[in-house]
Amino acid sequence: MRLLEVDKVTLTFRGIAALLDASFAVEEGSITSLIGPNGAGKTSMLNCISGRYRPDTGTIRLGGRELTPVAPHARTRLGLSRTFQNIALFRGLSVLDNLLVGRHARMDYGILASILYFGKARAAEDLHRRRVEEIIDFLNLSPYRHQSAGRLPYGVQKRVELGRALSAEPRLILLDEPMAGMNLEETEDMARYILDLNEEWGVTVLLVEHDMGVVMDLSDHVVVLDFGQVLAAGTPEAVQGNAAVVAAYLGSEDASFLGR
Amino acid sequence: MHGHCGLFFTSYRAEEAVFPSPVQRVWLYAFLAVYLCLPFFLNAYLVSILDLIHIAIIAAVSLNLLTGCCGQISLGHGAFLGVGAFAAGALSAAGWPFPLDMLAGGAAAALVGLFFGLPSLRLKGIYLAIATLAAQIILEYVFLHAGALTGGSNGLLVEPASLFGYAFDTDQKFFYPSLAVAAASLLAVTNIMRSRAGRAFVAIRDYYLSAEIVGVNLFAYKLKAFAVSSFMAGMAGALWAHYLMYITPEQFNIGLSISYLAMIIIGGLGSVLGSVFGAVFITVLPEVLSAVAGAAGQLFPDVSSSLLAMKQGVFGLVLVLFLIFEPEGLVHRWRLVKAYWKLYPFAH
Ligand SMILES: Nc1ncnc2c1ncn2[C@@H]1O[C@H](COP(=O)(O)OP(=O)(O)OP(=O)(O)O)[C@@H](O)[C@H]1O
Ligand SMILES: [Mg+2]
Repeated sequence: MRLLEVDKVTLTFRGIAALLDASFAVEEGSITSLIGPNGAGKTSMLNCISGRYRPDTGTIRLGGRELTPVAPHARTRLGLSRTFQNIALFRGLSVLDNLLVGRHARMDYGILASILYFGKARAAEDLHRRRVEEIIDFLNLSPYRHQSAGRLPYGVQKRVELGRALSAEPRLILLDEPMAGMNLEETEDMARYILDLNEEWGVTVLLVEHDMGVVMDLSDHVVVLDFGQVLAAGTPEAVQGNAAVVAAYLGSEDASFLGR
Repeated sequence: MHGHCGLFFTSYRAEEAVFPSPVQRVWLYAFLAVYLCLPFFLNAYLVSILDLIHIAIIAAVSLNLLTGCCGQISLGHGAFLGVGAFAAGALSAAGWPFPLDMLAGGAAAALVGLFFGLPSLRLKGIYLAIATLAAQIILEYVFLHAGALTGGSNGLLVEPASLFGYAFDTDQKFFYPSLAVAAASLLAVTNIMRSRAGRAFVAIRDYYLSAEIVGVNLFAYKLKAFAVSSFMAGMAGALWAHYLMYITPEQFNIGLSISYLAMIIIGGLGSVLGSVFGAVFITVLPEVLSAVAGAAGQLFPDVSSSLLAMKQGVFGLVLVLFLIFEPEGLVHRWRLVKAYWKLYPFAH
């Protein structure tokens, strides 16, 4: 079943197209990668899906439901969650609170219950704390539980951001370059987490990543963007052999994967 | 750094408690017991300072919720207190009993705060500050020109607060209701900050794009911050009205708004305890300066008038020095001292 369907999406900034008639789909349960040279429109595509940008034309459907009229914050409740290319954590909150805030859409008690902090609110806090602890264990974040997110090393912050996105228990998670700036060991760990959250937790993944080794290893399906257009889509092997893709990447620093 | 050395938690609930260790709780109860007896031992002047501190605490902690925690800067907080003060004063004159008129004053301020919070949906930082400054100016104008309700420039006489026929008409008696509301406000903000709404506020402050992604409705939560904060400010204003028993529009001018901002900056932005420190500091400092100026004036009678003028300058100077040397607020210094004693004598 197709969980996400992007249909003929066009997005322009002052007349310049960041996305042009782009269409692709993400199968439920898959890891789908969105690749392309710098400025190809990958982040813009994630922003359209998460609601940060509104496409000029085209439709995006999640589980068959049209997303365009849904406010960004309300998309979380439909099962959408994401991380950002640049770290976008709540620096003043502890790791624990960052993950708890990630469950905001899963909680439903209001501010009056917050003020009294009794009964419903307390029970909810206990329950959600338990779910968050599972994610802390999964991502090996226990040593950092009570530290301010802003003070942690870069690699750990990236992991906390993944944890925050996971806390919402999404059906589809959008990851914008989760390995960017990481060393080899951190990259391998992150790849492991992505595989595990896909296989064990059943979360569908849409991954944007420049590390082609990672992309080819993890992906069930690859979509190639260039100048806002979908150049090719298919299995990693098929995309690697595609002539148009080879041409687009020729001379680019990410081109090494073509020869693998 | 969380909790004392050797303090391990056996449940999440125990860990989340406001005062996690029994030692802390014993200290708190002992402090409260002594504090409750203070009106019997201190003279009226000293108790009056404590009364003013209680009111300042309510105002400061509510502003800290809005500005320190949610990141929505407000230069109109003093006017929101004024709304509560005039509303409670007018209702009290119309025969409403004390705690009810205070709650109604809070509700009136919440409505006004909600309205003037609307620009926060589009404006951030300095632009929002200007918009709330406009709120301050507009409200001052209304206080002055809605004579039927506020008494205009003549001001409004307000009866002392009374409950079941018992009037809180002295500094000593007023200590208890003002303390009760201050304590309730502190508890309310503490509870907000350890639960869903408080996390959403900080999320909006720290990274509003991410806040939206985790499902926080920015529109709703910014307005909630304005409403809750102004509600508490309105209650502080109502207490003020019953305490001074005479309110005028000038009392709620931009200077008052700025002094509340000074409290939370000096105490510590986003910290409940910092709000208390700031309220105490800013309320006590002018009294100390007056006492010093008075004593110096007795020694050197010729300069007493210029000393009084210098008081304002010294007040400003102290604030600036604070911003330079203690930018994270008194609460930061307090934590350092506490950490030092926790490890004593092994600290280096
Ligand atoms: N807010 C914006 N305003 C104007 N132009 C924008 C905006 N966001 C993106 N663009 C433009 O859209 C195009 C696609 O940008 P986008 O960030 O989506 O690329 P990307 O594929 O994520 O690149 P990278 O690999 O460098 O992250 C670029 O030309 C960029 O300059
Ligand atoms: Mg990008």
